[in-house]
Amino acid sequence: MNYHWNWGVFFQETPEGGTFYWEILLSGLGWTLAVSVVAWLIAMLAGSVIGTLRTTQNRWLTATGHCWVELFRNIPLLVQMFLWYFVIPEFVPPLKRWMVSTDPVYAQFISAVLCLGLFTSARIAEQVRAGIQSLPRGQRLAGMALGLTPLQTYRHVLLPEAFRIIIPPLTSETMNLIKNSSIALTIGLAELTFRAREIGEYTFSFFEAFTAATLVYVIISMSANRVMAVVERRVAVPGLITAGGN
Amino acid sequence: MPMIEFKNVSKWYGHFQVLKDCTTKVEKGEVVVVCGPSGSGKSTLIKCVNALEPFQQGEVIVNSQSVGAPTTQLPQLRAKIGMVFQHFELFPHMNVTENLNLAQIKVLGRSLDEATAKSQMLLKRVGMTDHAHKFPGQLSGGQQQRIAIARGLAMDPVAMLFDEPTSALDPEMINEVLDVMVELAQEGMTMMCVTHEMGFARKVAHRVIFMDRGEIVEDSPKAEFFGTPRSERAQQFLSKILHH
Repeated sequence: MNYHWNWGVFFQETPEGGTFYWEILLSGLGWTLAVSVVAWLIAMLAGSVIGTLRTTQNRWLTATGHCWVELFRNIPLLVQMFLWYFVIPEFVPPLKRWMVSTDPVYAQFISAVLCLGLFTSARIAEQVRAGIQSLPRGQRLAGMALGLTPLQTYRHVLLPEAFRIIIPPLTSETMNLIKNSSIALTIGLAELTFRAREIGEYTFSFFEAFTAATLVYVIISMSANRVMAVVERRVAVPGLITAGGN
Repeated sequence: MPMIEFKNVSKWYGHFQVLKDCTTKVEKGEVVVVCGPSGSGKSTLIKCVNALEPFQQGEVIVNSQSVGAPTTQLPQLRAKIGMVFQHFELFPHMNVTENLNLAQIKVLGRSLDEATAKSQMLLKRVGMTDHAHKFPGQLSGGQQQRIAIARGLAMDPVAMLFDEPTSALDPEMINEVLDVMVELAQEGMTMMCVTHEMGFARKVAHRVIFMDRGEIVEDSPKAEFFGTPRSERAQQFLSKILHH
């Protein structure tokens, strides 16, 4: 391939002047991180609650959890993004009025974090449920036999054990969430992929722009991976879940 | 007033009846051994005492409280009854002291210092003082089961339930657990033990209940049970487990 790479593009000024293309890319990274972090918090919180509900003895709670999971994981992520940003406001007039009267970036950001957070929460809920259900039945009984309430049994016995087991799939989920945040470009949020495309369109340096974006995604994902590995080591319990490895 | 009383307790899993009209009682300070072939409903029976197993008919009264009554606060009732499981069921993410402290603090409202003092005292009693900071995964089965007994005792229970406490242990570890149980029995603890350890039954039991297919077939004083079991099924069971 005799493509003439032009890495200098990032140090050129944008047509508007005053900013360089690397700054544009950096602001995209900022939005990617902001969306990822907020969506991750929503996903972990909602996912833990819903996953836990699905393991309770109460029929209504388990049914609620089940509906939640099926709702958010059976609709394609891209469709959900459009639903949150384009469709739902049409049915909520005050929301629609607010959206047209303010800077669109607010509505884009809120739609993106809700969409990604709730989509991912369904997946995390399933992992939390699997983690809890993988524990010996006696653990719940032992907690209850000691006089702990069901809530206390979850809080002090079942969830701390389940979360230790599901750290590896949670790591994958976290990395997926970061990469899925690029879908937010479809509703106009100027995150990393959006900015890479923009740079490409202005300068025709598509290869450079997307190579840079790819590297940045790899670096963020791997950092998330390292952080989770540290968490996993920190909470490791001697004599627990080491049977299969190390 | 008996400490534990079963009145015509029946339980079904779907169409299968696991407990058939069980009636018996355990007096304060009494040690009752429950034995019988596997699947006879022994574990289910003792789990009715602290409502870990719900039942559909009859009544269980513990410490003058009806277990099945809608007004009964089950967590409070359970806190007064210690339970030891076949597979220990220590909490693997907590060290030994934390295992003993958890319910003392969360259920009885003891302070960390009070709870720890109590835990240390009990660890000494079961000979596990040196292991206070280890995790369950670092202990042998016998050691784990002694910790589990201490965890039950930490709640100052009015009775202790044992669900095959030695069945999951290697043979050389059975005695260290039985020794703790014998000591407990001799101190006057009210105990209901599902076990196949007939040596233990002979030594400390006051009564032996023999169950088969969900029924209490025999409920007699120890001497009578081992001397002249009335039912044929109990005779067969004894001949199978004693002559090896």
